[in-house]
This record gives sequence, C-alpha cells and structure tokens, in this order.
Amino acid sequence: MHIPDNFLSTPVWAALDGVSIAAIGLTIRRAGRELPDTRIPLLGVMGAFVFAAQMINFPVGPGTSGHLVGGALLACALGPAPAVLVMTTILATQAFVFQDGGVLALGANVFNMAVLGVLAGYLPFRLIGATRRGLAIFSGGFLSVLASGSLALSELLISGVRMPRPLIITSLGFFAVNALIEGAITVSVIQALDKLNPGFVQKPAAARSRVLAALGAAGLALGVAGFLIASSAPDAIQNLGQTLGISEKSGFQTPMANYTAGNFESAWLRRATAGLTGLLLIWAVCAAGARMIARRRSA
Amino acid sequence: MTASCPMKPVIEVRDLHFSYADGTLALDGVNFTLYPGETVALLGANGSGKTTFALQLNGILQGAGSIEVCGLPVIKENLPAIRSKIGMVFQDSDEQLFMPTVLEDVAFGPLNQGCNPDEAVARAGATLQQVGMEHALSKAPYHLSAGEKRKVALAGVLAMRPEILVLDEPTTFLDPPAQHNLLHLLQDLPQAKLIVTHDMMFARALGRRAAFFERGKLVADGPIDEIIGRFQWDYSAFDAALRYSAQRRL
Amino acid sequence: MHHVLIDHWSQGSSPLHARDPRAKILVLLIFLIVLATTPANAFVTLVIDIAVLTSGVLLAGLPPVGLFLRAAAILPFSLTFALITWLAGDLWRAVGLVEKSYLSTAAVLLLVGTTPLTRLLGALEALGVPRVLVLLAQFLYRYLFVISEQAQHLRLAAACRGGSAGPPRSRLQAAAGAIAVLFARSYYRAEGIHRAMLARGFGGRLSLLNPLRFGARDAAFTATIGLLLVLARVQ
Repeated sequence: MHIPDNFLSTPVWAALDGVSIAAIGLTIRRAGRELPDTRIPLLGVMGAFVFAAQMINFPVGPGTSGHLVGGALLACALGPAPAVLVMTTILATQAFVFQDGGVLALGANVFNMAVLGVLAGYLPFRLIGATRRGLAIFSGGFLSVLASGSLALSELLISGVRMPRPLIITSLGFFAVNALIEGAITVSVIQALDKLNPGFVQKPAAARSRVLAALGAAGLALGVAGFLIASSAPDAIQNLGQTLGISEKSGFQTPMANYTAGNFESAWLRRATAGLTGLLLIWAVCAAGARMIARRRSA
Repeated sequence: MTASCPMKPVIEVRDLHFSYADGTLALDGVNFTLYPGETVALLGANGSGKTTFALQLNGILQGAGSIEVCGLPVIKENLPAIRSKIGMVFQDSDEQLFMPTVLEDVAFGPLNQGCNPDEAVARAGATLQQVGMEHALSKAPYHLSAGEKRKVALAGVLAMRPEILVLDEPTTFLDPPAQHNLLHLLQDLPQAKLIVTHDMMFARALGRRAAFFERGKLVADGPIDEIIGRFQWDYSAFDAALRYSAQRRL
Repeated sequence: MHHVLIDHWSQGSSPLHARDPRAKILVLLIFLIVLATTPANAFVTLVIDIAVLTSGVLLAGLPPVGLFLRAAAILPFSLTFALITWLAGDLWRAVGLVEKSYLSTAAVLLLVGTTPLTRLLGALEALGVPRVLVLLAQFLYRYLFVISEQAQHLRLAAACRGGSAGPPRSRLQAAAGAIAVLFARSYYRAEGIHRAMLARGFGGRLSLLNPLRFGARDAAFTATIGLLLVLARVQ
C-alpha cells in the first residue's frame, strides 16, 4: 500500500522520513562489504525483475487476482541488507517516475515496505529456514505484507485520517488476505527457483544464537499483536493521535472537539498506550534484529 | 593508430583446456593463431565451444594452457592492457549497453582506460559518427532497434581503440538491411577480427579463413570455402547436410 | 506508456529543462512541504501554488492538459478517502485531501517531465543520496522496460497454452513458474552485463560522466520561487 502525499500529518511523515533515512544509512554502512560496485548491476536487475513481477496477475479465486510485493522473495534470494536497498530503490522509482506513493511520504512507505516489510519477511527464513524451509518462506511472505499493511493503516489513523470502524476491519482483512497470497506466491516461486537452480536461494546459516531466536519470537509475537491491536482498538489509535497533537488539525470544528475530558478513561488510555508501544516495539525489535543479522553476515 | 604488433601473431593459443564449474568439458586442447589484419570465422554447432573460446581471450573465463595477446600472456596483471587490445561485441546487445544513455555507454570504455571525461566524450562522439549513430547520443538504449544497438555496441568497443575485434554472432536479430550495414562497417575496419557466426554469407564476405569447432576441439582451420564444403555447413548442400547430420547422429 | 511519455517530455529544451536539477528538486521539496502544511481553507496560498505550478508547466513547454490529466491518476484513491472523511463530518479535510494530493502529484510530474533521469539521479547524489542507491536506480531503470517486456511475453506464452483456464492451484504454480523463469533470465542477464563490463576494462568502480554546474540562474530560480511559495504560506 503506497501512501500518497497529504494523507499523513506533518509530524508523522517527517518523523518517518527521519527514521527511514537513519535505517537506510545504517543498512548501507553495515552491509558495505556486501555491496561492491560489481554487485550493483545484479541488484539493479533484480529490482527491475521484482518491479516487473509485481505486475503479473496471480489467480487466487473466481474473479480475483493477487500480486507479488516481493520483499520476502528478495530477502531470501539476495540477503536482507541488499533486499532493503533494492526495495527502497523500487519504491523511490515508483514515487518519482510513476507517482505511485508520495515524495514526502516516501519515508513512510520505505519504512513500511522496504525496511519493516523486508525484515519481517526475512526473520522466519533466518530462524527456521534451514529446517522448515517451506513454512519459513511462507511465514516470511505473510508477515511481510501483514506488517507493512498494518503499519500503513496505523500511520493513517494516527495522522487523523477518518476511517469508520467497519472500513478499518475490512482493510485489515484485505491485508490479511494479501498476506496469505504473498506467502503462497513467495513459496511457489522459490520452489520453482529451486528446481531451476538450487543455488539461487541458498539455505541460511543455521541460527545458533538464542538471543536471535528470542528476538525473532518477540518480533513475530509483536507483529501479530500489532495487527490485533490495530483491529481491536483503531479508535484508540485515532484518539491517541489527537491527544498527542500529531493528527492534522482541520480548519473547522469537528465533532471530536466536543468530547470532554471525562472520556479519557484509564482503560482506554491503557489500550492506546499499548497500541503505540506495540508499534514502536515492532520497529525496535526489527531494527535490533537487523543489526544482529548484519553483524552475523559480516562475521 | 599504428599497429604495434608487426607480423607476430596478435593471438596465440596453445593447448587450451577449460571445464565449467559443474565439470562439463568445454574446451579440449585448442590451438589457434591469429595474425594482424586477418579475419577468421569461428564456426561450429551450438555448444561446441566457440563462445567459451572467445571469452578466454580476454580473461573473462580462465582455462589451462597458454594464451598470448599481442605477446602478453593472459594473466591477471595483464588483463587491463589486454582488454584494451581486444574489443568484444557480445551477442546480446541489451547486456552490452548497460548504461542509461548511448553516450555514457560508449564513453564507458575510454573512462576505464583513464581518459578524463572530456576526452572520453570526444572519443565517444567520434566513434558514434564512424558507425553512423551520432544522432542517438542522448537516447536510451531501450529506444533503439536491434541494428542500432549493435552499432552502438561496436562504437563502444571501437572507442577503446582495440587491435583485435571479437564479435559473437553479430547478425542475430538483424534484418537484411541492418546486416548489410554492419557488413560494410566491418569491412572498413583494419583490426584483426574473430567472428563467431552461423551466417555463412556474412562470414564469406568478411574473410577467407575459418576455424571449425566440434565438442570443444578445434578440428579444422583453413580456407573458409573448404571448411564449409567439408562440413556441409550451409544450405547450398541441404540434402548433404541432412545426410551429414544422420551420419553424425546430431 | 507512462514512462515513455515522461522520458519524451524530459528531453525537451525549455528554460525549465535547462535548470540545474538540484534547483528543481529543492523547489519541488519546498512546494510539497508548503502544500502539506497548508490548511485546506487557505485559499490565497492554494491559488498561488496552483499559479506557480501552472506557469511552470507552460514555461516547460509541456502539454498542460496532458500533464494535469496524468496527475488525475491519484483521484480515485484520494476521492475515496475524501468521501469517507466527508461522511465522518470533516468536509474541509476532505476537500484538502483531494486538492493537495492532486497538486502534489502534478508537481512531481513537472519535475520528472523536465529532467532526464540520469541528471535527476546525478542531482540526488550531489544532494547526499548514497551512491549505492543512485547506481541501483540507474540499473533498475535501464532494465525495467526490457524485463517488463519479457514478463509480458511470458504471460502471453502462458495464456496461449491455456494458462487462464484450469484450477487455481495449477494456475498459481504456472504463474510462479513464469516468475521463476523471469528471475533466472534476469540473473543470467546480470551475469552477461558483468562480463560486458569486464570486457571493457571495468576496474571495480563506476564513474559518472556529467558534472552538474549550479549557476547564477539556478540560484536565482531557487531563491525566487522558494521565497514566493514560503511567503504565500506564511501570510
């Protein structure tokens, strides 16, 4: 889901621009050795491949079709750091050349799909890919799209974009279905690739670290939790945005302004805090996970 | 542009062996010599080792045996010099024209040779004019026809001022007018040429010598008409070709 | 095709095309930020923004109808959200959503319509975008259309073999197989590119060709338009 400009409130898109710039900078620095100039043509061509593959229709039922996003596929085939950079390049190209996704909102889209989406897509493969390859790849595809979609939705809600509850539930359902499709496509493609050339998607080194396993489990749990929180307390996220003052204020009075302080009950506040904390934690976990993975790869 | 290798061979290959990573034997004791200004057609069935042989000459693939280009052995230290002496036009022009615009692509070689940007641009302009593509300077390769891409690829190679040209199936995807165009261009070039090709008319028009590959071995090397006749390597003896294939169980 | 048209537009030769791409990028950013922070009912600001944008399109010699029609691609998305926002009681926000996202899209179109991609990438690198990303984008763009065409051929070939009939599971596998083939071809193509680079003396570092020159006119351009937009916002 590519968020266009002027949907997110200024604090949200600005903060995410900063976060993405930091994340990309960190990725480049950590993965420096993996990215000599000789490897650039391969990564560029793989980016073009994913871009083109995104346009291929997958029949998923009567009259409906799905499409590959590709974050998990790239992560398994190229490694997480190159995959982050390739997805970033794809998103930037889509924003500038095809006006698909905003320019100021590029940070948000990069964070959702190129950083978080790729890491969520890679973690299962890294953790259980050596032993349960099919399941790991499917989970990667699934979590990748689920996480990106939920985050995008939460960012819109926090910015104050009005969405009635039924629409939010429908959107989350839509993301869940797309996530299943992504998992299915990713696993089918990699199985087909294995038949063509087993060297294309190699087994990840067996995960030896207990810390990494714990991190992975926590990340998985939070990924699912984030989704559930967004689905059970979307109003909470919206209200939270208003309370924190990061939602966009419209020029005129809105019905929300009539709420009295009495509505800010402790139960609601607890849920709201949980929602925001969950989101921040997902990011922190994935960032830490990325750092560990990058360190392991260069070791 | 003086030839720096007088009547010594420009390419000398002795006992070349090469196997791919999976163990397939691709070249099995090849011996070959090329003299300045000569044009030799490399003929043979698909998979017989012609392209693999060509890629050995500039060190892209490394086999066992001895290869000397203008007297320089093909070893790591000499590769930059050798790649300036051998200009290779690949079969797939889209793989060869990897820069965003024609000018940048043709200037790629000179830049790698140490020219500064202005010199590189000047050389690129000159060679593009030589092949008749100076109007396409700022075009993206995507917008060019197969024939135009081939000419730009040739320009990119000529801009490095090589002494030897190696062309891998240069007439692929070209319509007859484009083939004629390329033929005339090549006929005017003084460099020694190795042409991997299945197009016998093209081969005959360019040179008088051919080398025939069969399953990794260079089995014949001599006048092109004789080779073509011996191996029934064109349509003029179609029935004979059918008989030949039956005999060879291809 | 969209990108082919934009490619064609970007090869023009107006005063706007001639401006240093860094200047244009900076002006675009100022425009987008000003627009993003403008309330939906700040009419004067919006009118000035529209005026600046339209004069840019005209100065660049781009077809205004064509450009503004292409920007309309954003409308289905923004109108849907605007409708929902309006039904939730926030009319001005709804209006703002539509007009601002439309103008943002048109502004980005103006930038890419007056700047060939290589110069745009060079400018981004000069402005601090990491070299890795710029080079990646260069190769991605170069091969995007080649590989897209291949993808279309694969789809056509699959359709000819009855690919759109049959149970979903086998169709999924057929499509996955096509993508795998595309992956493999792209991978081997990258190998071919690598060999072509080596054959022409590639020593490990890609060098850029066209140094950009930021002149007085570019500074004047950035300063005047930038100031105009900011003043329009602040008043």
